[in-house]
Amino acid sequence: MPKTLTMSIMEPPYEAAASTTAMRIIDAALRRGINVNVFAYEGAVSLAVKEQKPHPNPVHGTTVEEEKHPTTKEFVTSLFELAKEKGVKLDWINCGFCVDERGAVNWVEGPRRGGPADFHKWVQESDATIVIPTK
Amino acid sequence: MPQYVMVESRDPFESRDVPYFYNLARDLAAKGEKVTLFLVQNGALASRKNAKGNPLTGLLDSSVEILVDAFSLSERGIQDSEKLTAVKTSGIDDLVCRIMAEDGTKILWH
Repeated sequence: MPKTLTMSIMEPPYEAAASTTAMRIIDAALRRGINVNVFAYEGAVSLAVKEQKPHPNPVHGTTVEEEKHPTTKEFVTSLFELAKEKGVKLDWINCGFCVDERGAVNWVEGPRRGGPADFHKWVQESDATIVIPTK
Repeated sequence: MPQYVMVESRDPFESRDVPYFYNLARDLAAKGEKVTLFLVQNGALASRKNAKGNPLTGLLDSSVEILVDAFSLSERGIQDSEKLTAVKTSGIDDLVCRIMAEDGTKILWH
């Protein structure tokens, strides 16, 4: 039976290195055949927002295509695709109150709405839990 | 016996509470607990051997295993030769393995 890792993340996109580290941990766990639960709290609910757009870099003089600016919504999508490819489960809950406060309601395919009670349940059922706080 | 995996993501020269996290690792190890300290993000800056007044050196005579994320080192341009020899280069995959290896592993993130 595959093991399950639960993570709680709170950093909004494009603010801190913790979001990237969290994505790297999720990626590594899925590649190892570990089921992953992600509870996105506070600003982290915006990681999956669909309206995110890559941009050019006027400082470097690069176009959108040349810059290849990564968006966190693409990371989220690729993690769900990886889970499917590896035959493991990625469950991603965006905190409903946090979503409403921020108006961050339109997401890429994958995440679903929930609340802290879901996180509590996951913690009880999982083999390990990582809580990555904001700075 | 539970093992502790402690992840330090902050630079001790920027955050004054980092030494408390190191001390917690040291105290747990002194009580016989198995402790791994994983340095990631700006936490990797503490792995530099030439850093003056580096509080991480207070852990070097303890049984705490100290690892540093290779990606974080690379992002910050820190070469292997610049690193404290007691700090082993590791990676996120190794962190995941350690977290999931044993039931009851306690993970602390700072």
